[in-house]
Amino acid sequence: MSNAVSALNGKVAAGEVTIREAGLRGMITLRGDLNDSKIKSVCTGLTGVDFPTVGQANCVGEKGLCWMSPDELLILVPYAEVNDALAQIAKILKKKHHLAENVSDARALITVEGAYAREVLAKLAPVDLHPDSFAPGDFRRTHLGQAAAAFWMRDADTFEVICFRSIAEYVFDLLADGAKAGRVGYFD
Amino acid sequence: MLTLKCPYCGVDADETDLHAGGEAHLKREGPGASDDAFEDYLFMRENPKGVHFERWRHAYGCGKWFLAARCTTTLQVFGTYPAQTLEPPQDIKDAISAQRPGWSWGNFK
Ligand SMILES: [Zn+2]
Repeated sequence: MSNAVSALNGKVAAGEVTIREAGLRGMITLRGDLNDSKIKSVCTGLTGVDFPTVGQANCVGEKGLCWMSPDELLILVPYAEVNDALAQIAKILKKKHHLAENVSDARALITVEGAYAREVLAKLAPVDLHPDSFAPGDFRRTHLGQAAAAFWMRDADTFEVICFRSIAEYVFDLLADGAKAGRVGYFD
Repeated sequence: MLTLKCPYCGVDADETDLHAGGEAHLKREGPGASDDAFEDYLFMRENPKGVHFERWRHAYGCGKWFLAARCTTTLQVFGTYPAQTLEPPQDIKDAISAQRPGWSWGNFK
């Protein structure tokens, strides 16, 4: 077995808002009928979180479920548990039309932590990030600068950002530059 | 900048999150169609100054196609709706009528 290494190997840009490549994370793309009770139960069973409604992410620790589209879900599990999770999905959904794919190594996960983390994302994404419009639990697929990305909030001061592994450095640098420029105070 | 609400995600998507897909409600003409009908389907498009119906894809978001009714003159958006329909839903037509009485577009009014 090869020694898996994440895109930026835990790179950190420390500051008032710290950008951190979060290391390896298990990610499974699941496509199917999201109203199906078996699909729902296998997802909640694997992660221990509630099934997300439209545009929501339910994440606790390294596990979570993110609503990607009307027929697509992103399942987050610890990196070491991906293959077991896929085996369980295959077993339980054997007779259900679905697609489950391990995309862990196709993606990078970056955290943005600090008092004005919200502003750092707001500088880069065409998304209303006012606290009344985007809060923990909300999930958004969009673009940061030129790069496709998705993000959600772990808590009031922490965002988790996913992007393609091949552009992890670009996204990391965008976020680090946005953080380095300092607080704007737009949401204060 | 154009902002359209994705009817699947429910979010206000910026134009940079979207991909334009041309005219909405085209009727596909296939084998057996007359040459005129097929030419119409391939090449002939509405080009209105005013009310227009378009296809858009939430490219950076959910990836789904949806339809939008808007005004090409003012960029006012009357509404968006899922693509699985052959004509604009009544609430969209009502929204347009409230703003542009007497409008028509193709066979719709
Ligand atoms: Zn969407």
